[in-house]
Amino acid sequence: MTNLIEIKGVRHAYQTPSGPLPVLDGLDVAVPEGGFVAVVGPSGCGKSTLTRLVAGLIKPDEGEVWLHGEKVKGPRSTVGMAFQNPVLLEWRSILKNVMLPLEIVPTKMSRKAQEERARYLLGLVGLEGFEDKRPSELSGGMRQRASLCRALVHKPEVLILDEPFGALDAFTREDLWQTMQKVKEAEPFTGVLITHDLRESIYLADQVVVLSGRPARTQYVLDVPDRGHDIEQLYTPESAEMLAILRHQIEVAQGRAPVEEGVA
Amino acid sequence: MSPRLRKIAVPLAAVVIFLIFWEFLVWAMGWPNYKMASPSDLVPAYTRYWELFLVMGWQTLWRTVVGLILAIIVGVAIGMVMGFSRVMREALYPLLVGFNAIPKATVVPIVALMFVGAHDFNTVLIAFMISFFPIAVSISIGLSTLEPEYRDILRALGASQSTIFWKIALPKTLPEFFGALKVAVTLAFIGTNLMEIVSPHGRGLGALFDSGKTNSDYPLMFAVLIALAALGILLYYIVVWLESIFAGWAERAPG
Repeated sequence: MTNLIEIKGVRHAYQTPSGPLPVLDGLDVAVPEGGFVAVVGPSGCGKSTLTRLVAGLIKPDEGEVWLHGEKVKGPRSTVGMAFQNPVLLEWRSILKNVMLPLEIVPTKMSRKAQEERARYLLGLVGLEGFEDKRPSELSGGMRQRASLCRALVHKPEVLILDEPFGALDAFTREDLWQTMQKVKEAEPFTGVLITHDLRESIYLADQVVVLSGRPARTQYVLDVPDRGHDIEQLYTPESAEMLAILRHQIEVAQGRAPVEEGVA
Repeated sequence: MSPRLRKIAVPLAAVVIFLIFWEFLVWAMGWPNYKMASPSDLVPAYTRYWELFLVMGWQTLWRTVVGLILAIIVGVAIGMVMGFSRVMREALYPLLVGFNAIPKATVVPIVALMFVGAHDFNTVLIAFMISFFPIAVSISIGLSTLEPEYRDILRALGASQSTIFWKIALPKTLPEFFGALKVAVTLAFIGTNLMEIVSPHGRGLGALFDSGKTNSDYPLMFAVLIALAALGILLYYIVVWLESIFAGWAERAPG
């Protein structure tokens, strides 16, 4: 088993008053250990459903989801999640928010070690000195950083990021991309990133999966070479070419461009 | 003025201005005290009957508080059932709204007949019936509008439903709960006094009001109403104090 996450031929439909609404149909995604896969696709194509499948929050109607060689049957504590909405608990301090997963996941860490780990992560994302603040006292970008720390505090095998930077302004977003790179170096994880931002996908991920329109299947897979953490790399001809390919694939997924020969 | 002092001085000043305005209005209109008693009429009523006010006031207060505690327990339970289950929400809403729409004054004689002689129980029951509705609705709305991400964050870690309730759903609902409790406090007083006035049994401020009526002691009747208002304010501020302890996080700095 070389892949930490394996999604094989997954099919899923939601029950609606007007009958079943298929959202995923023939989805394949594989993420090797330590890999970071970005999933892009048209709006409403079932990207978020994918995160819920990997987290074990829902079961696929057909197909299988494997994590670390085990079939996913329900929620498991080896997953960390962060959403577009940072969903911090307003009545807790930032530090206590980050420590929340440790109250649920069985851990061998002492109380002191837990707090040290949370403080270390907050320092890593640049939130040192904000440990005792309430979420309402932080900006949107800072809240998202805290949410990231919470997703990582219990050392999950898999990090699922569902458009975590989607609601941030462009500058804050680029800041957070760089923070992500820093975090990944210090705390290696296997990750799935759902995003609408193609530049984000090629900057952060080492593979980009393009989903087709609903019901979504894997339409295209782009391997991204490792090009360092400099944000300037997004403005090289190499990046421009990748972005052009992805943009074309999204247009195909939206049904706005014809499918070319040889495209998977 | 320090913020602390202002917090006490401003409402106090408002009360004093209200009393002066009231006194002036009665004087200017030339109302006799059987039409409208003035604050200066109330002082003799309080000094003459202060012992009765203490005893009766306490009876009203404790029955209101017990009714309110019952309303919190039952209201939270109903709210939880409705908040977590859509079917129960659809089933219970019309019943609750219908029950709430019935004037409680009409329920008083029914209750009085049903449990003849159980005065304390009857009074607590009416106080409860009139005040549980806002609590049930606020809890049910608080729970049913919990963003799914909050649930997912914990569920993805394998947390049980009860863990999700205690760690997220309950604290997140507290601001709404306290908002409803402030409404329920005053409602519970209305309930207690309905029973005390409509079904006289010689206890509580309602009974004192009733005896003022039979003796044509109009200042006493007004004095009872003001005493009720004072008790209502007292209980309200106790709720505000509890809110600042348990849900103070929801208050934002004014700006």
